Amino acid sequence: MTAVQTESAKSGAAGSAVFPDSDSRKYRYFEPRSKRATHYEDVTVDVQPDPERYLLQDWIIAFPNGKGAYTKDNTAALSSNWHAFRAPDQEWERTHYQRQSRIEAMVQAVIANGRKSGAPKSFDKAWIKILQNHLGAWKHAEFGLGTSLMQAQRYGYTQMINNATLTNSSYKLRLSQDITLYLAEIGMDIPGFDDAAGKRAWLEDKGWQGTREAIESIMGSPDYLEQYFATNIVFEPLVGELFRSGFLMQVASSNGDFITPPVISSAEADYERNLANTIDLMHLLVTDNQHAAHNKKLFQGWVNKHVALANKAAAGLQPIWSQPHSKPVQYADARAQSVERIKKILGELGLTLPKE
Amino acid sequence: MSGTLTLNKITAQRGISVGEAAKKIADLGWNPSYVQEAMTFPTDYKITKAPKDPMKQVLRSYFPMQEEKDNRVYGALDAALRGDMFRNVEPRWVEWMKLFLAIIPFPEISAARSMAMVGRLAPGEDLRTGFTMQMVDEFRHSTIQMNLKKWYMENYIDPAGFDITEEAFGKCYATTIGRQFGEGFITGDAITSANVYLTVVAETAFTNTLFVAMPSEAARNGDYALPTVFLSVQSDESRHIGNGHSMLMSMLKEPENHLLLERDMRYAFWQNHAIVDAAIGTFIEYGTTNRDKNKESYAEMWHRWIFEDYYRTYMLPLEKYGIKIHHDDVQTAWKRLTEKHYVHKVAQFFAVGWSANFWRIEAQTDKDFEWFEHKYPGWYAQFGEFWKWYEKLSHRGQTNILFNSDVGYVYPHRCWSCLVPCLIREDIVTDEIDGKLHTFAHELDRWTAVEAFAGEYQGRPTPAMGRFSGRREWESVYHNVDIADAIKDLGFVRTDGKTLVAQPHLRFDQKEMWTLDDVRGHILKSPLQTLREMSPADREKHLAEYRKGFTINPCN
Ligand SMILES: [Fe+2]
Ligand SMILES: [Fe+2]
Repeated sequence: MTAVQTESAKSGAAGSAVFPDSDSRKYRYFEPRSKRATHYEDVTVDVQPDPERYLLQDWIIAFPNGKGAYTKDNTAALSSNWHAFRAPDQEWERTHYQRQSRIEAMVQAVIANGRKSGAPKSFDKAWIKILQNHLGAWKHAEFGLGTSLMQAQRYGYTQMINNATLTNSSYKLRLSQDITLYLAEIGMDIPGFDDAAGKRAWLEDKGWQGTREAIESIMGSPDYLEQYFATNIVFEPLVGELFRSGFLMQVASSNGDFITPPVISSAEADYERNLANTIDLMHLLVTDNQHAAHNKKLFQGWVNKHVALANKAAAGLQPIWSQPHSKPVQYADARAQSVERIKKILGELGLTLPKE
Repeated sequence: MSGTLTLNKITAQRGISVGEAAKKIADLGWNPSYVQEAMTFPTDYKITKAPKDPMKQVLRSYFPMQEEKDNRVYGALDAALRGDMFRNVEPRWVEWMKLFLAIIPFPEISAARSMAMVGRLAPGEDLRTGFTMQMVDEFRHSTIQMNLKKWYMENYIDPAGFDITEEAFGKCYATTIGRQFGEGFITGDAITSANVYLTVVAETAFTNTLFVAMPSEAARNGDYALPTVFLSVQSDESRHIGNGHSMLMSMLKEPENHLLLERDMRYAFWQNHAIVDAAIGTFIEYGTTNRDKNKESYAEMWHRWIFEDYYRTYMLPLEKYGIKIHHDDVQTAWKRLTEKHYVHKVAQFFAVGWSANFWRIEAQTDKDFEWFEHKYPGWYAQFGEFWKWYEKLSHRGQTNILFNSDVGYVYPHRCWSCLVPCLIREDIVTDEIDGKLHTFAHELDRWTAVEAFAGEYQGRPTPAMGRFSGRREWESVYHNVDIADAIKDLGFVRTDGKTLVAQPHLRFDQKEMWTLDDVRGHILKSPLQTLREMSPADREKHLAEYRKGFTINPCN
């Protein structure tokens, strides 16, 4: 009977005894962005370690080339502090599910109500063809970006970068599925609707080949940051928003379609968040106290490459604007708006839009 | 049944079936023709047959389902606080959560990252939604566990250790085992890591012990928060197991994968056993105050889940596909858990090193002794005196048990493969890698490091296979360093600059709390460096002694 439990505190609750650090109730290993750490920072920062923070023994498994699980050279960009980035959208699991499921609920309600009132049958005939072929093709673009970002989230140097990429991927894959199921459902109400036409257009239509090439170029990049950059800084404003906001959202209602805009609108809100995340990360890199010039040059190279691809993609889509019966918006106006948009984005990063 | 024919059903429109929806979604993919995807995840496996998704799920139903699960978790956490859970929680248990929750978020997020790897390697897009859900699930697991840990930090009597959690994870000599586990999901051959090690073995076999046994024990110790979070986590696992099984089935179709599968099943089973059983076994058997003889011991649960369920119903059937299953490995693991007291030796090792930890470990007492002897006959003769010593030396002014020669404990060699030390002394083996001597806890650990993690396996080139790397023996980092300086360097000191985060007791009283001055004056040594410096003859003698084991001196 030598081992006797003595003096154990009676309660395990905070404050029931006072001793050194009995009040240390904050994670104290990282520097919060502002005075107080946000909830997002608490559940995110430093969960992915590295030899600087805090792998005493370095990576303990290596690839055959000797590299550890995460290395800085998975991108050509350089940073004097990869750990500084915090995603402005502050997304962690709970907010992510709340947002995604709110969108799913909204989308399904809109589709169900629309179908209940027989709306798809009163869509303009030409417009139905547009949804079938072009929105049908577009879902593959969104899917390509989703899978590409899923690949990219393996490679960033910090948890903050990778989680922002992961949620971006999740948003894109959700959207591609939303569109797929939306088309399949209204297709049941519209006689003769060909649900396979979209993929055929994506693979074969001349007009879509520029978009497919732009997407495949992003998917095929071995540089995760280039994938993230090209998606949100270049492709989205020049092609994504152009087609979604500059066409679908503005043209649908005057062709009798009040369902497509709300189904697509979530994508614009998704993009605002992902754009904010991307700009913050890229801004850190173009203002880095050691590598700003290198990064700017690198990014300008990415801009030049992906803008050329995106311009080709946009030009390929141009004929779509003249296909609906009612044409409340001209391609040229939509295009001008999207050029303005990317100029603004590039301006924030000190980058320039190459001349066509 | 006319009562079920509601208005809702009459007006409901025709929808598409889940099967049809999944089919359309799988058709979102295509083979790129302008730019080929970079093959950035190396594997030596050949996968030509597209894996099928038997679960046919779509994101549309996934997100609301998960949000609902979350609502229940966060509601329960609020309720636990309203019910004053921490007044009645057992500190012995919560202290071990400082270790457990330091480890687990990294393997979780690594599982999310590894979905990139299987997602790209799997031909076709049938399983893409499954991989996507798993990716987001694992993001969920990682951040929901960080949230739980923060909640303990805010509400438990001693937050120290929680407050340095991710930093401690990168440094501690115990978390090194968890890093081996998590890095194992994402490094080396992509299929070995992301499919076999992670899903086919860790998730399919070992998540029950992690996510079901742990919650039960938590509840027995007044902790209702951990069960809420971890049972919710576990509810995602059946989907992950399904993903892994589909991948496995398509890999089986290629006969040239069979040798690699045999290798990887062997490595993954053995290492999961060595790591998960060490950690979870310790938490469950030593972190509890509940000594109900009617409850299952860790070994008994292992027999049910790993031996009966996994080995008999998952592993054995693989034989009919031509995969050689190493039955003796399963038997050996079982013997290690029972006859060889593996878990008890791990707990003893953690306790000996308490001062270099970041949580409190209290002594086991008479009440515990009885239970251990009942569940693990022969326990008292081997461990009883040790825990009496531990209690005696838990008071300031005593010599730190790690350096106290009165006890009779011999600090162990580290296993170069699983990173758990060579605690079953008679099983230690040594071998060389690139001309350097290493120690291994068991022949299978040697085989793992030397034969499996190499550029060639049984005459077959395996250029994608990973390598063990880094300063794997933790002790070599602090070779010839005073323990007080090591603790300071680790950051395992409270903010007063002198009181240790770790304590060998649960006395929440400053007078009782050890400081750097209480441990200073003892030098850490790396057993491996010491062994390497010996002459071959001395080395053999040393190893022969080591294999004989040690005897704890009577504690009076
Ligand atoms: Fe998980
Ligand atoms: Fe999982």
